[in-house]
Amino acid sequence: MTGLRLAAVLIAVFTASFALAQGDGRRSGYQDMSPALQKMQDDDTANPAMLFVQAGASAWTEKAGAAGKSCADCHGDASSSMKGVAARYPAVAPETGQPVDLEGRINLCRTTRQLADPLAAESDGLLALGAYIALQSRGQPIAPPGDPRLSSLRAEGADLYKRRQGQLNLSCANCHDDNAGRKLAGASIPQGHPTGYPIYRLEWQALGSLKRRLRNCVVGLRAEPWPYEAREYLALESWLMVRARGLAIDAPAVRP
Amino acid sequence: MANVLVNAPKTAKKGQVVEIKALIMHVMETGFRPGTNGRIIPRNIIEDFSATWNGREIFRMKMSPAIAANPFVSFSAVASESGIIAFRWSGDEGFVAAHQVDITVT
Amino acid sequence: MNTRRPEPRGATPRLSEAKSRDPFCGRQKRGPSATLGATALCRRVFLASAAAVTIMPFAVHATPEALAAAIKEVTGDAPLREGKVTLDVPPLVENGNAVPLTVSVESPMTAGDHVKAIHVFNEKNPQPHVFNAWLSPANGRAVVATRIKLADTQKVVAVAETSKGEFWTVHADVIVTIAACIEGVT
Repeated sequence: MTGLRLAAVLIAVFTASFALAQGDGRRSGYQDMSPALQKMQDDDTANPAMLFVQAGASAWTEKAGAAGKSCADCHGDASSSMKGVAARYPAVAPETGQPVDLEGRINLCRTTRQLADPLAAESDGLLALGAYIALQSRGQPIAPPGDPRLSSLRAEGADLYKRRQGQLNLSCANCHDDNAGRKLAGASIPQGHPTGYPIYRLEWQALGSLKRRLRNCVVGLRAEPWPYEAREYLALESWLMVRARGLAIDAPAVRP
Repeated sequence: MANVLVNAPKTAKKGQVVEIKALIMHVMETGFRPGTNGRIIPRNIIEDFSATWNGREIFRMKMSPAIAANPFVSFSAVASESGIIAFRWSGDEGFVAAHQVDITVT
Repeated sequence: MNTRRPEPRGATPRLSEAKSRDPFCGRQKRGPSATLGATALCRRVFLASAAAVTIMPFAVHATPEALAAAIKEVTGDAPLREGKVTLDVPPLVENGNAVPLTVSVESPMTAGDHVKAIHVFNEKNPQPHVFNAWLSPANGRAVVATRIKLADTQKVVAVAETSKGEFWTVHADVIVTIAACIEGVT
């Protein structure tokens, strides 16, 4: 319990300091990219993630499931109803009282509103809808909700972030706090702020979620990645969003 | 259906040089990578891309496996007359995709 | 050529583990800095090559000779002159899977004097060809942009063919680094 309380205090302190988002030394991965990749991301007619956004836009109005409803039937025009949404997740789902990330929220809508099967993790369908929804939050500051039901999850995430793991016995913090801005082989180590997900990662030559990126980090530590449905991802995502509070969403981003 | 994102101006002045950009979703598998079973994944690329303006070819490109996944191509064209700019991609495994946009030239 | 390679950082572990990262597995980064970045297969191959340093496994990559031959296929016996062509490509890229590249050629693009084709080649991918693009006065400007894969730090060459039967060329060196923390078995 002491650990949790300490984490809660830490979160409070961080939250307060992060409220002064500008000029506090935090940088999004975008700022660490070469001008060529920044240009690729900035140009919506060249950003390959926009192919997925386009697919997501048509999925938004497609009827699905036994209820025969589309996202638009409930949420209307995404450009207004979804503005800022990606900046707030993970959040507590009212139906279940449990925290979900944005993808979990999409699948809750599918299973409880559309009466459709959930979309598989990393499937094109889920990534496309995620990208379309995240796009509506471009430029919005990351704003994790002040819901006390998220505190323990965030504390778990903060703890995981600092926990050494894998054969290399490194924590997230070892790279993204202690050595951010320095080089890992030829690559520059970013601070690890999840501003642009889902991202089009050149390494993947495809769009992928924050979970997929976290898995890559875990594999990099030579640790066994958790299964996609594991609570660890949700915990880390929740903590990372608190850590990135105030930074602007730049989804769907391009990253190396 | 192929997922294509084409960007061209809807209107242009006659004689104006316009920029046309085309993105298409495609794996562009090189044919040089081993899969998880150690066997080479067969090549699967788009080889030909062309654009026509009212049926007249204005651009053609032959791609190799060295073109990045989800190929992006941009080129320019002189706005000659109102009509249709049509795009066609074709390649391995019988891949064919087509897309067209309207342009008004004044 | 004066192609530079990134400095190996012997002391730094490469936090990378790949099944799918390397477009031309086995031919990328043949230095000590690369060992941990390869797939299981590539790692075995690497060990084999480490044992016999000069023997390149999967030695299917373009060579300067293959590059020269590919260019010759386009130019025939016509002389190849430096100039008129601009190759806009970043000197250092974080990932070789999608390198933005723009080729532009100085040309009035008239019926009597225009660029007929732009050809792009590379030195160290498995094949020297990247693309051929055919142009005409209908293009107004001789500019083509795309994104290419570069399996290694290498030279990229652009050749422009004019309606007068001239061939102009330019080349650029690109240093390719690899992203850290890449995909493992999923």
